[in-house]
Amino acid sequence: MRSVKLPRLVPSRPVPPPPAAPGDVLAAAEGLRVDLGGRPVLDGVDVEVRAGEVLALVGPNGAGKSTLLGALAADVPAAEGVVHVHSRPVSDWSAPELALRRAVLPQSASLSFPFAVEEVVRMGRAPWAGGDREDEDEAAVAEAMARTEVTGFADRPFSALSGGERARVALARVLAQRAPLLLLDEPTAALDLRHQELVLRLCRERARAGDAVVVVLHDLALAAAYADRVALLRSGRIAAGGPPSEVFAAGLLSEVYDQPVEVFPHPRTGALLVVPRRES
Amino acid sequence: MTVLDKPVRPQAPSDPAAPRVRRGTAWLLTAALTAGLLVLVPVAAGTGAYPIPVGDVLGSLLHRTGLGGTELDRVAESVLWNVRFPRIVLALLVGASLGCAGALMQGVFGNPLAEPGVIGVSSGAAVGAVAAIAFGLNFLGTWTVSVFAFVSGLVTVLVVYAMSRSGGRTEVVTLILTGIAVNAFAGALIGLFLFFADTAAVNQITFWQLGSLAQATWPKVLAVLPCAALGLGLAPLYARRLDLLALGERPARHLGVDVERLRIVLVLVIALLTAAAVSVAGVIGFVGLVVPHLLRMVAGPGHRFLVPGSALLGALVLLAADLAARTVAEPAELPLGVLTALLGSPFFFWLLRRTRRRQGGWA
Repeated sequence: MRSVKLPRLVPSRPVPPPPAAPGDVLAAAEGLRVDLGGRPVLDGVDVEVRAGEVLALVGPNGAGKSTLLGALAADVPAAEGVVHVHSRPVSDWSAPELALRRAVLPQSASLSFPFAVEEVVRMGRAPWAGGDREDEDEAAVAEAMARTEVTGFADRPFSALSGGERARVALARVLAQRAPLLLLDEPTAALDLRHQELVLRLCRERARAGDAVVVVLHDLALAAAYADRVALLRSGRIAAGGPPSEVFAAGLLSEVYDQPVEVFPHPRTGALLVVPRRES
Repeated sequence: MTVLDKPVRPQAPSDPAAPRVRRGTAWLLTAALTAGLLVLVPVAAGTGAYPIPVGDVLGSLLHRTGLGGTELDRVAESVLWNVRFPRIVLALLVGASLGCAGALMQGVFGNPLAEPGVIGVSSGAAVGAVAAIAFGLNFLGTWTVSVFAFVSGLVTVLVVYAMSRSGGRTEVVTLILTGIAVNAFAGALIGLFLFFADTAAVNQITFWQLGSLAQATWPKVLAVLPCAALGLGLAPLYARRLDLLALGERPARHLGVDVERLRIVLVLVIALLTAAAVSVAGVIGFVGLVVPHLLRMVAGPGHRFLVPGSALLGALVLLAADLAARTVAEPAELPLGVLTALLGSPFFFWLLRRTRRRQGGWA
């Protein structure tokens, strides 16, 4: 019975990361290739995620956006190349160490048991349990719930919520984790207009506060409005990367999406608008 | 940014099972369950073919622990300490193990229908136990049956786990079908062992298979104690991580859970607990299914209460069931496994229907 060593069962506390300065590279992929089902889904991808920036991953279905996010999150292993998180190869971090460095919002949120909304959000604080910043728990949970507007149904079971409400609760859990690197896979997919704006405003705020945010988006106008940089993916490669004003050219987008697209400035604000060309 | 701070929609009415209320409920339930055990143990010890007043039971207990009290006459003392108490302790251990194993298993599979009996782990453990009895193996002394039950139980959990999961989740249909297959195979093996066993062993196995605590002795208690104590001691350490596992495997990993290791440790613990229960008491079904469910309904799904709470309620339920099994048809004795199955299977029906309604079919 003594062969079960307690220190192994309760691993030592992981050390939280030091605060990042704006411009620090918090995650990077170099020459990344990822194979899924024996087929390369990503090939030769180079990407840098910097503190203080919102990076949007855009591209048609199956281009590899979610896979790239998964590789940055250490969910899928690299077949070739390397992924760094906080300047260390992602495979060198333990799961508890990574949990203090990056938070991930999966594409769909599910829950096996009917936990209440507040309990789900509180799960985001699990990485900090027993550490110095455990005192922040209450504040972090309350703030995340207020920001995502889920406080009103804090006591309801997660399983009783609508799709959009679930998505916001899942986002609240990710925000409560207070990791300096946020990886969000289609956070706006299930949301109405107002909440789409709200979520991206939150991304911007987190970036302004010094975090790095990677967000997979389908809505190019949203990406143009809120991202500092975009990476446009096409069949597993990065077709173009840079500020939205450079990447979002009508010709390139029309070609990548195989759909004629118009890009023009908003008549009042001058912000980029991207719409499919429709002949009426 | 003022928009962010005041929700536009009206606040939804509070749910009665709010987290804070739930935490209070958990304490209240723990107190109630402990009190229930404290009352039921002396009552069960006094009830039977040779009735002993509860006051005398307590007196004898105090006397033995050196806290005063009085010794009873020779017969009463012998009934109490050689027959009733070993049986009660065994009922508590088996019940706690089954309840706790059920709660852990549902957590690991992320599926409220997982239960050692339903998915075949109990039968798997029984295969090892039957083999040990049928072939008269005793090279490990009284622990032989337990060790055999543990090894075959462990193999079964691993097989079921590997076969019923895909993409990090377990579907209800796959799980139940796997359980059917495993139960059938285990049944066949047990039949085969029975075929080769001699008459005495066959009788022993048949009675044991019905699930009973009738042959409880202190050596039997000692035989299961290590398995049960180790399992029950380890289980609560993983409660918080089990909560995170409810989000799915990847999100749990994102929150710092070493999912692979968690799974392996918990599967070992489940096998330990199931083996402890099965090796002395045969297959006693549905305790591991019903108990965590009742608690989840009242106190919410948080595993920090659910895991130890299921052990407590499991102990209470099995003690009560055993008391009923040996008193309702006096002087005859109902097999305990038959009784729990009689009461538990309707609950299982109801659960299946409810799960199905929730998920809108299983196709």
